[in-house]
Amino acid sequence: MDLYTEGNPVTDTRAPDGPIEGRWDSRRFTAKLVNPANRRKLTVIVVGTGLAGGSAAATLAEQGYRVRSYCYQDSPRRAHSIAAQGGINAAKNYRNDGDSVHRLFYDTVKGGDFRSRESNVHRLAEVSVNIIDQCVAQGVPFAREYGGLLDTRSFGGAQVQRTFYARGQTGQQLLLGAYQALERQVGLGNVEMNTRHEMLELIVVDGRARGIVVRDLVTGEITTEFADAVVLASGGYGNVFYLSTNAKGCNVTATWRAHRQGAYFANPCYTQIHPTCIPVSGDHQSKLTLMSESLRNDGRVWVPKAEGDERDPREIPENERDYYLERIYPSFGNLVPRDIASRAAKNVCDEGRGVGPTRLGVYLDFADAIQRLGRTSIEAKYGNLFEMYERITGEDPYEVPMRIYPAVHYTMGGLWVDYDLQATIPGLFVIGEANFSDHGANRLGASALMQGLADGYFVLPNTIANYLAAGPFEKLEPSHPAAVEARRTVEERIHRLLSVDGDRTVDSFHRELGQIMWEHCGMERSAAGLRKAVDEIRALREEFWQRVRIVGDADGLNQSLEKAGRVADFFELAELMCIDALHREESCGGHFRAEHQSPDGEAQRDDERFAYVAAWEYGTEQPVLHKEDLTFEYVHPTQRSYK
Amino acid sequence: MNLTLRIWRQTGPETKGRMVTYQVEDISPDMSFLEMLDVLNERLTLAGEEPVAFDHDCREGICGMCGMMINGNAHGPQRGTTACQLHMRQFTDGDTIDIEPWRARAFPVVKDLVVNRNAFDQIIAGGGFVTVPTGSAPEAHAAPVAKADADAAFESAACIGCGACVAACPNGSGMLFAAAKVTQLSLLPQGQPERYTRVVGMVDAHDEAGFGGCTNAGECTVVCPKGIPLHTIGRLNRDYLAATAKNTARS
Repeated sequence: MDLYTEGNPVTDTRAPDGPIEGRWDSRRFTAKLVNPANRRKLTVIVVGTGLAGGSAAATLAEQGYRVRSYCYQDSPRRAHSIAAQGGINAAKNYRNDGDSVHRLFYDTVKGGDFRSRESNVHRLAEVSVNIIDQCVAQGVPFAREYGGLLDTRSFGGAQVQRTFYARGQTGQQLLLGAYQALERQVGLGNVEMNTRHEMLELIVVDGRARGIVVRDLVTGEITTEFADAVVLASGGYGNVFYLSTNAKGCNVTATWRAHRQGAYFANPCYTQIHPTCIPVSGDHQSKLTLMSESLRNDGRVWVPKAEGDERDPREIPENERDYYLERIYPSFGNLVPRDIASRAAKNVCDEGRGVGPTRLGVYLDFADAIQRLGRTSIEAKYGNLFEMYERITGEDPYEVPMRIYPAVHYTMGGLWVDYDLQATIPGLFVIGEANFSDHGANRLGASALMQGLADGYFVLPNTIANYLAAGPFEKLEPSHPAAVEARRTVEERIHRLLSVDGDRTVDSFHRELGQIMWEHCGMERSAAGLRKAVDEIRALREEFWQRVRIVGDADGLNQSLEKAGRVADFFELAELMCIDALHREESCGGHFRAEHQSPDGEAQRDDERFAYVAAWEYGTEQPVLHKEDLTFEYVHPTQRSYK
Repeated sequence: MNLTLRIWRQTGPETKGRMVTYQVEDISPDMSFLEMLDVLNERLTLAGEEPVAFDHDCREGICGMCGMMINGNAHGPQRGTTACQLHMRQFTDGDTIDIEPWRARAFPVVKDLVVNRNAFDQIIAGGGFVTVPTGSAPEAHAAPVAKADADAAFESAACIGCGACVAACPNGSGMLFAAAKVTQLSLLPQGQPERYTRVVGMVDAHDEAGFGGCTNAGECTVVCPKGIPLHTIGRLNRDYLAATAKNTARS
């Protein structure tokens, strides 16, 4: 293709051989260790304080390393993990319903549509049980049964009840657990916490990641910070779509800057579109709000059978409703995985059967559940979600069916990492949503929290020692040429942004970029659309650098300047996402290509040609594709069927 | 709808601030309060004026980043609602709305509506945790928790650390914030070993950070978007008293 070139395949993922059950043990045994007395001589920078970054910083500090932690928010407790609602998976099998480490592993590989690495996923399933123990010990108030034991529920696409939860605020409670562990280390002087600081560049010295350039968002001061290793836990890039369920500040800058310095970016096109979000209400919309997928356990999804039916939903009789998920997928019904539920919603809306003022919505109806279980029971399960819905829409979901529509929620792609979670730049580790590792082309519900905490509490603290054992590395000063150069890049970019002095706001560009991406790189993609998107993105990026207007200067808090830097990076990422989506001529998980579907509209994977991870190297002219072949020894690839 | 906004503008921590009046037109009742401020900021930017700085992030009422006094009420007129979840249908065409930052000694203004809330982190660092280094946890079912205790612990754990309680308190006290964490952890078996050192550590950190004392005015719980109950402060006081008595007995 004319948009990229192909380089050598990636061959070494550092995953040990042998039976899959023993690989993690084997890696921990072969990895080098750092003597406790030497750990305090080693410094680790951790960017981001969500579930992955918060838990990693706390754990590394407990082990004795010196940790320097950074977040753009005013407190580490605000990272967007806090907003995760539904729950966290773990193979505890407390329900005695047939769950096991192997089944969680199997479900995750299958749910990821056979585009993830078996070794990594198995390790994730193994440590899932330790996460629950750890969090309970921290005082995380999980939901409990009357006997005092932990309650679990089933969650999107799983047939066992392995999801632990704390009402609709599981992410909040898990994050506060990690945050408290982190603050304990701050209090002990083992972690230096830097809030309202944004990483704007990675410093690479002699081929190793050795530090970052940060901007103090309050004073505007730009400094170079050094360490023996750098950990990026900076989250996903869903905000490239402008409208998403991500927090407003979520951005790709930390990982994109690392990518430009040589770290490969893997599978950028794998985007998760969550089926149950509150529909867009107008042009003023600044973000989208998720309604937990757990609602699909009791709510029934439907649209009118007839096109353009504008009656009040309560007046549409049963035989004129199409409960399309139950109809098309009788065995999973309303609980089909996210990618399938989202596309089905899009299809019925494309047929003109969408509901609500914009016709981009479907009903999620609780009338049957309320009749069967009683209002009190529904209130106990979903009360806070129903209230939130009413606050936003002004409609009472106990009386009128909710309206929902898919929205961008999570990005499975991210920086490429090996089994040790190390990027292609030695000394750079990437954890949580920021890496690409465990979810393949589609993430299962309640697995993001699991992965973030697995990486931060249990995986990284073991694997990073293998790297740090070679340290401490040469002490660096801000005058080191690599640091001076990185700092200069940052300063020039800020200067350039401020000096455009054009006539359009940052948000207006971001919104337009989001529309291009949603239209052409959203729920359904086609070669023609993606090519068009690449052209449009390039033209808009050009315009951005000529017309953006940022009022104020760089010497203090300037939120427009912060946004502008992030949007500038989103432009570059957006192009790579489209190229990745264009090159992957198959449909898998969250990536649906219009040209590759079965006669009844289901996704068609092409394992012959595309059973690989697409790891992209930054190129000044064109990106370079490196393929990491995926082999499946334990879970045999099949066409996913939820019928 | 058309509205008159009177907004606190302050360029930096050391400078004097003042209220500035702005008009906004064509505001949809379906907008959130922060989206209404977005509209104003877009307009200010195009006119070459600095947009109003305000903190926000998740915009779904859980991160605790947003917060401002709206017509003298922390987070505005709707109970149990953060500023980001407040929608313009709560206002009427022609209204004048006053918007100011949290005002408290422990929360100095950074710029416009943005304040520094690091003092909350200091309270947590003072003891708001269970000491359990990663890897040392017992099996999750080793210690059952009565459902009623677990539910009550959750109720206190719901605090989002936004600081509305402090802003509403006539003394600028952060006691509801501290008490929410003390209550959560003292209700659970996991929190027992450090129960008394925790409460003392947190109260000391609270006082050192410049928060005022609690006089049970109760304004905090009224404005709390998560409904943290006032009786959590009673529990904190009980535990604090018990801790002091234990210390006295020991020395």
